[in-house]
Amino acid sequence: MKCSQFLQELTDYLDGVIDDKTRAELEDHLHWCRNCYVVVSTTKQTIEIYRDSKLYEIPDDLRSRLHSAIMSKCAAHKKNPEKKA
Amino acid sequence: MNSLNPTAMPPIQSKGTEAVTEELALVQAAKRGDIGAFEQLVKRYDRNVFRIAQHITQNREDAEDVVQDAFLKAYQNLESFQEQSKFYTWLVRIAVNEALMRLRKRRTAKTVSIDEDVQTEDDAIPREIADWSPNPEQLYDQSELKDILGKTIKGLPPTFRTVFVLRDVEGLSTEETAEALDLSVPAVKSRLLRARLQLRDRLSKYFGKKSSRSNQP
Repeated sequence: MKCSQFLQELTDYLDGVIDDKTRAELEDHLHWCRNCYVVVSTTKQTIEIYRDSKLYEIPDDLRSRLHSAIMSKCAAHKKNPEKKA
Repeated sequence: MNSLNPTAMPPIQSKGTEAVTEELALVQAAKRGDIGAFEQLVKRYDRNVFRIAQHITQNREDAEDVVQDAFLKAYQNLESFQEQSKFYTWLVRIAVNEALMRLRKRRTAKTVSIDEDVQTEDDAIPREIADWSPNPEQLYDQSELKDILGKTIKGLPPTFRTVFVLRDVEGLSTEETAEALDLSVPAVKSRLLRARLQLRDRLSKYFGKKSSRSNQP
């Protein structure tokens, strides 16, 4: 298997949605190809670091303000359904 | 030869699905006019919608507007929700469209569409092969790390950011992401691969072992 073929399968490999035969071929490739091994390892870390980063968590005060605004607009729409945003 | 056995790496999995029946009961109650039921749906998903909006627009003010407009539109159009898909997927679709619209307004000279062809010849070819050791958490404190992650994802094309945030940050399945973005499954997979590799490449400039950088192929 060439590195380019390996990369084509990378997303399915990381997502665990790959058949046993292809998985075995990919893992055989990983055992001797250091570059692909590093790409797999660091791509997996990339996904995990973004997932765990809480990069754009909404602050409590903003959440509360937005919540009030949303519910007040929804209540206004309930009273007057003809008027849409 | 590798110190870490790749077979020991568990696959990336989607986050667990919400309790669909409970969600459906809230949607049906909201359709019958129970505004308190809709409020429960807002509380359940406002954090997710804000994250998605902020990732796509990269602007706090726009993200706040997207959250308000997406929930209001969902409420106004609740009758048209057919209940064949998850409410959350339907809501995400509304939020993504609102966010892309805001982005277009800010970039008047440049059209932004989830359908645009962003492929270039070699954007899926890794350039930085350096391993990350010590790991990023050991290299940077939380605030520096967030700064790096924010700058890096901001540099990604909006279409890639959108697929990455839905699939990898919010944990939608590939099929749900395709449904929310009105894309085919192969298109989602292709964009996700390129998004993941581009982000990895860009982060390697911060996290890669300096000694390995001269050994790139």
